[in-house]
Amino acid sequence: MALDAGNRKTDFVVFDRVQKSYDGETLVVKDLNLDIAQGEFLTMLGPSGSGKTTCLMMLAGFETATHGDIRLDGKPINNIPPHKRGIGMVFQNYALFPHMTVEENLAFPLEVRKIGKDEREAKVRRALDMVQMADFGGRRPAQLSGGQQQRIALARALVFEPELVLMDEPLGALDKQLRERMQFEITRLAHEIGITVVYVTHDQTEALTMSDRVAVFNDGKIQQLAEPDVLYEKPENSFVAQFIGENNTLQGTVQDIDGKVATVRLDDGEIIDCTPVNVSQPGERTQVSIRPERVEYNRERLSPDAHTIHAEVLEFIYMGDIFRTRLRVAGNEDFVIKTRNAPDQRRLQRGEKIEIGWLPEDCRALDA
Amino acid sequence: MTDAAADAPIPKPDAGDRARPERQEPLLAADGSPLKKSLQRSLRRQKLRAFGLVAPLLLFVLVTFIAPIADMLFRSVENQIVSETLPRTVVALEQWDPEQDELPSEDTFLAMAYDLVEAQELKIHTRLGTRLNYETTGISSLFRRTGRGVDDFGEIYLDQFEDLNPNWDEAGPWVDLVADEGWEHPAPFEPSERFAALMSETAAAYASFARAIQQGSDDNPREEEPWAPVHMALYHDLMRTDPGAIAAYEGPRAEMLREARAAVEGFESQPVREMFVAEEEDWLDPEVWATIKTFSPPYTPGYFLTSVDLKLSPDGEVVAQDEDQRIYMLLFQRTLFMSLMIMGCTILLGYPIAYLISNLPLRTANLLLILVLLPFWTSLLVRTSAWKVLLQQQGVINDTLVWIGLVADDARLTMINNQFGTIVAMTHILLPFMILPLYSVMKTIPPSYVRAAKSLGATNWTAFWRVYFPQSVPGIGAGCILVFILSIGYYITPELVGGTTGTFISNRIAFHISSSLNWGLAAALGTILLVVVLVLYWVYDRIVGIDNVSLG
Ligand SMILES: Nc1ncnc2c1ncn2[C@@H]1O[C@H](COP(=O)(O)OP(=O)(O)O)[C@@H](O)[C@H]1O
Ligand SMILES: [Mg+2]
Repeated sequence: MALDAGNRKTDFVVFDRVQKSYDGETLVVKDLNLDIAQGEFLTMLGPSGSGKTTCLMMLAGFETATHGDIRLDGKPINNIPPHKRGIGMVFQNYALFPHMTVEENLAFPLEVRKIGKDEREAKVRRALDMVQMADFGGRRPAQLSGGQQQRIALARALVFEPELVLMDEPLGALDKQLRERMQFEITRLAHEIGITVVYVTHDQTEALTMSDRVAVFNDGKIQQLAEPDVLYEKPENSFVAQFIGENNTLQGTVQDIDGKVATVRLDDGEIIDCTPVNVSQPGERTQVSIRPERVEYNRERLSPDAHTIHAEVLEFIYMGDIFRTRLRVAGNEDFVIKTRNAPDQRRLQRGEKIEIGWLPEDCRALDA
Repeated sequence: MTDAAADAPIPKPDAGDRARPERQEPLLAADGSPLKKSLQRSLRRQKLRAFGLVAPLLLFVLVTFIAPIADMLFRSVENQIVSETLPRTVVALEQWDPEQDELPSEDTFLAMAYDLVEAQELKIHTRLGTRLNYETTGISSLFRRTGRGVDDFGEIYLDQFEDLNPNWDEAGPWVDLVADEGWEHPAPFEPSERFAALMSETAAAYASFARAIQQGSDDNPREEEPWAPVHMALYHDLMRTDPGAIAAYEGPRAEMLREARAAVEGFESQPVREMFVAEEEDWLDPEVWATIKTFSPPYTPGYFLTSVDLKLSPDGEVVAQDEDQRIYMLLFQRTLFMSLMIMGCTILLGYPIAYLISNLPLRTANLLLILVLLPFWTSLLVRTSAWKVLLQQQGVINDTLVWIGLVADDARLTMINNQFGTIVAMTHILLPFMILPLYSVMKTIPPSYVRAAKSLGATNWTAFWRVYFPQSVPGIGAGCILVFILSIGYYITPELVGGTTGTFISNRIAFHISSSLNWGLAAALGTILLVVVLVLYWVYDRIVGIDNVSLG
């Protein structure tokens, strides 16, 4: 078993070549390989239908893998029934038992573990305190707001002190403000307790702000598994680039690859330098990806190495902290740039012809 | 603001406003009228429309449901037949005290003679006999047999009057004597006031005769000689009337009266009681009279008492029914017990099926649901008869058991015409009423609850019992209410497969409705059944809560 610097197992949860098919015709999960370290907050991010829930359900034991092994703490769990896996779980609709009070809900996992009454009550109280819901023990779930139910569901998944907690879009039903607060609280709690969390969401902001690592799912496969900043700044394929954050794309053909620089001829004939990511030979079609905030039009701020290109302003939106400008660049009319509202920043006019530039490192040549 | 609103008079504050001075002026609608009023106006139209929509159904329910139930409740206590058939007797019996163990007075017998002769002409005395027979056996035949001879009661007087003057046994002279001048058949007979003032008993007796034959057989009193009790009345009247008053009488046929008055003192007489006794000894039994007196009020608890194996003793006390006639409490108990058994069986059989169906993919579930509903497409009679075929001693099941060797050929199981047969057949018939509500409730229980329970460490059984089952209770409740209420009033199946030990109270009700024609008792039994159901419903509401019932 591999240990990291903090003496934690780096392969606490292992998906080893896992496949899943419901109907015997299509693979919902295709060859999933994933190691999750102890104490890690790992998020499965992906569009709806990409197989995230299925993966989670296989881990929890409610679905069986069609092929491959899932190991928890070194032990294969394929044949262990769900209730013996000791995995806490938070469901999208919370699944709080409606006929029990909050306290009874929390006591339930302790009762089935035959924990004595005093200890049980102490643990329930601690769990309620932990999610700041100490005053609500006597209520029924239906008498709680969505956010409160969410906290109770969280407390219930943690009260029996599992080593691993699974959460399937737990914040999906909450409004934006509450969601942001809960994101913060969940990460705080997870780090405080040092618990391993596998979190499923289709909301990329949630994934980026909460996770230690993010696995981007699409089409039953992990497209990229990386830390949030890497995911954002160094997307490895065009799906990830499109899916995570805002992204400008320019279509083109690779002309030449020379180590860390690829020369790409855009479709309107312009030639630019990019960082090659998953293009390998000249002549290949490519999709060049540039983040809106990495594009600069202020000559003074433009670095000398920057590659410049002509653009026409189509729209200029004042958004308070930033300016958002839509440009026509190399035939693409949806090229967006974001600039900080600094005192020396010039406001652009519609129809203005400008010159924009970016560093070749920020411009990534991806698969088309 | 529009002019109209600006010019609108400020409404005077009403009393309620004065009581709460902090309240503002009433809000005004755009047309200046108080907002409350215009809201009410617009709501009223909505309400009227809603009422219009439900009115046909309301009317239908009123006519076909509420009214019959009200009628049934009324019939279970209604008892006007005694006072309507024997009006004179009921009045005469008021003076009589059954506790004394004596026979009623001669006047009461006389009143009974007048009542009975009229009733037999109208052919309603047997109905009364039947009614009173429910309370004291033997009265029916007593009435029937006495009814045959009652129009000869007082024959002794008829003969003597006829000897005196043959006109006394002629129709015409009697009409001349008694009838009002203006009366002509077929108008209802009217005695003349003059005659009635002089000879009230005769006038009443003849009027009763005349009207009875007019009404009972559409005969003309001018063509029918009066029956003997009229002559008995004539004798009584003549005996107690002063000769001077008769001499002064100037009505038609006055000379016949004068002649009779002169002769009547020498007539032979006979007490009415003896006439009754000559017909039937039983009239000497005070219990007969006590029964009539006990059931003479227009309303009676008698049917209800019978329904619970009690009865009103002839002296008006509530006592237990005779041992051999106590059947209703047993039947009620059996009905309740068997309904509960059937309910239990439908839960045991229906719950797993509903659970299975609710967890299957939609297409398979629909197919299975159709199978569940299939029995509804066959006639109830066919299904019940099928059970007969299966369960009887020479039936399929017994044959199979004998063939396998589990049961000896001479010891075939009795599975039909007893409680077992009824429970089996009714469980089968009522099963869909349990499955459907269960299914519709189970379908709404998301699978994530059981999953959550398992992820929290519950075994399959614990997850089911602590989490799934409590949430399916509303479905059980709805199914139980449906099945129980349906089975408690079920009739056809127990009738066909119940034999003597497997019948329900409803079979007894049907018997009283269609065979014994004791509708009052049937109504009382039905009312008790209704009350039992309502009480159980209330108890259920207390224990489980009626809002915990869900039909989906
Ligand atoms: N119980 C099931 N039976 C058949 N197909 C399923 C079932 N659950 C999910 N699927 C299919 O598997 C795919 C992945 O679903 P899911 O894992 O729920 O995706 P996600 O959670 O990422 O939205 C979808 O195409 C879905 O239709
Ligand atoms: Mg999902």
